[in-house]
Amino acid sequence: MKFSLNWSALISKSYPMFKIFVAFVKKEFYHILRDRRTLVILFGIPIALVLIFGYTVTNEFKGASIAIFDRAHDELSQEYILHLQASGHFEIVDNTYSYEEIEESFKSGEVKMTVVIPPDFGKDFYRGENPKLQLLADASEPNYASTLINYASQMTRQFQLEKMGNQQRPFQIGIESRMIYNPRLESAYNFIPGVVALILMLISAMMTSLTIAREKELGTMDLLLVSPLPPLIIILGKVTPYIILSFLNAVMVLAMGYFVFDVPIYGNVILLLILCILYLSTALALGVLISTRSQTQQAAMMGSLFSLLMPTMLLSGFLFPISSMPRLLQIISNVIPATYFIEILKGVMLKGVGMSVIWFPSMILLLMTLFFLAIAWKNFNVISK
Amino acid sequence: MKRLLFIIQKEFIQIFRNKAILPLITVVPILQLILLSYAASNEVKKVNLAIVDQDVSSYSRRLVNKIRMSDRFGIIDARYAESQVVGLMEKGEVDIILQFPSKFETDFHKGKEVSLRIEVNAINGQGATIGFSYLNSIIQSFNQEIQGEVKILPVKMLQGGIDIEHSYWYNSELNFQHFMVPGILGELVTILVMLLTAMNVVREREVGTIEQINVTPIKNWQFILGKMVPFLVIGMLLMTVGLIAGKLIFDVPMRGNLALVFAFCAVNITAVLGLGLFISNLVDTQQQAMFVAFFFVIIFILMSGLFTPIESMPEWAQYLTLPNPIAHFVEVMRKVLLKGSDFADIVLNFRATVILSIIFNALAVMSYRKVD
Repeated sequence: MKFSLNWSALISKSYPMFKIFVAFVKKEFYHILRDRRTLVILFGIPIALVLIFGYTVTNEFKGASIAIFDRAHDELSQEYILHLQASGHFEIVDNTYSYEEIEESFKSGEVKMTVVIPPDFGKDFYRGENPKLQLLADASEPNYASTLINYASQMTRQFQLEKMGNQQRPFQIGIESRMIYNPRLESAYNFIPGVVALILMLISAMMTSLTIAREKELGTMDLLLVSPLPPLIIILGKVTPYIILSFLNAVMVLAMGYFVFDVPIYGNVILLLILCILYLSTALALGVLISTRSQTQQAAMMGSLFSLLMPTMLLSGFLFPISSMPRLLQIISNVIPATYFIEILKGVMLKGVGMSVIWFPSMILLLMTLFFLAIAWKNFNVISK
Repeated sequence: MKRLLFIIQKEFIQIFRNKAILPLITVVPILQLILLSYAASNEVKKVNLAIVDQDVSSYSRRLVNKIRMSDRFGIIDARYAESQVVGLMEKGEVDIILQFPSKFETDFHKGKEVSLRIEVNAINGQGATIGFSYLNSIIQSFNQEIQGEVKILPVKMLQGGIDIEHSYWYNSELNFQHFMVPGILGELVTILVMLLTAMNVVREREVGTIEQINVTPIKNWQFILGKMVPFLVIGMLLMTVGLIAGKLIFDVPMRGNLALVFAFCAVNITAVLGLGLFISNLVDTQQQAMFVAFFFVIIFILMSGLFTPIESMPEWAQYLTLPNPIAHFVEVMRKVLLKGSDFADIVLNFRATVILSIIFNALAVMSYRKVD
């Protein structure tokens, strides 16, 4: 009996609070929707990012510019050149006739690799005298150069097999390889999770920190604080519209990934969305934390740029693999929320795993959220007193 | 002329009075240069490998040892059943699973077809390909080793191949930082100059000091030029400091003519300044300026060829890099510093940037209105 009485008291007490809260959120929404330019940026940046990443930021190569320095000019060298061209990986832009020309073409950047075919290429080959083929690459771009050389070597070996009548040598270890989770090696599989993590961080943390800092700068924060609204409602009211907007953004990016770039979602969609909300709360907590520490919009902007955006982009494993970084940066990457969220996203979307595998990163995100909220709350109380 | 000098003097005083700006143009960029150069590496250094050995023979042990010897691989786990390691890949702790079938060694000796199974986590396509090719080359060399031990192989079979010799020019150790530092330096100078100028005029408008300038007889071009010179000086200074830092910390080679680098830098900064001032003239608040500048910066960086090669982009996107000052800057820095290219090699970049700076600055002068 006592229990139910408590309940009704609670509802009657909190219901008007809820109404106020809704009104407050509405007011905030109007503020956001009225600022057209910010709104365009809010939805424009994610779309632009996804499209740029999807269509232009890629490491795959086709039609790399190469030059041939053919010192043999025999039948075999012609066949070899045709073989290189046929793959579509290389585009022969130049024929070189001296080593000086190679240097020049590298310097102007027209040519990325030169294949030097030795004199008597065919003769030596058929006599079994192992002709020496040279692959010279412009390694000022190391990864591109090593990929080029890898491809060219592979194709040369294949050419050699064809010429030798395709006879299978005995005592050869075969290799059955399988590229799992991403059999076609699509780069979208890697960047869609990263873009989601980046955008959620950008919008929820940066925008919230900016709006709260703005109220402070303009002095309207003091007005709100002396109103009968409890501080918690104020903060929640400020944050809620951004939760909704960033959630919409996340769904939009995931949908673009699914429909435009064919990135699958193997796992449970509901679980995925719940975990998105978890990460959103982490980002919002961070945004509130930054705003309690900064007095002006510019300070909040700089703070979120350097403490959130840069690390999220660079150290979360989004653009660059964490395992290639120096030790110190690897340690830093452990305190970046996006690192865990990207792990979760890749797990649920691409590997189709459930909570049993990703409980650890989810747990860390939850703890981080609580931790940031606690500090923010402490800071806020200090200020409001 | 005297008016111009006064404006320049005023700008310098304003810049150095702002205590927040000084570290922003000295310490912060250098820190970023160091941080970015270390972090922004697509090099595949450590591949985590799990091994499923159903053969447990001397061959499987030898191959595993050989893999362990190469510092590219870290062996995370070795088990006897596949089911035991699949979970590791799901958690992302393992990149590649290498599996020896049972009777691998015996079948090999009998001359039967044997094969190893390799499963690669391919979510990061590039990393997967590179990791796989490392492993593949170790297996090939192991294969040759044990082929030599099988005496019955006819000698003829081993002959008649093409020897492939390769060499990497300009960067024989494939040092990734030598590649990244020049590009990042170009990018940092551009971003800094753009953000500072984008917020400059609009700040005067927000604070109200622009009215005081409006009532003076200063002409549009004098105003814009007066705003530009200080930032040009700052940009060049940052470039110098950055080059010294790159040399001292990363030992970046500087094969080309440094005067060429500075000349291009000046032209490029002029272009970016024009764009920054143009943005500043268009927006109403510093926050908007920040957002717009930021939007441009992100697109410019991602499409500059700094992180991924321009050659890999589709053709229409390659044309879009023409009006992108960062793309030209990154390319010129790399060409001149790493390859020692001379003026003739970068004349196209020069021409494009000069045209850009004329357009952007014309826009900046025209969009500045004394009267609203």
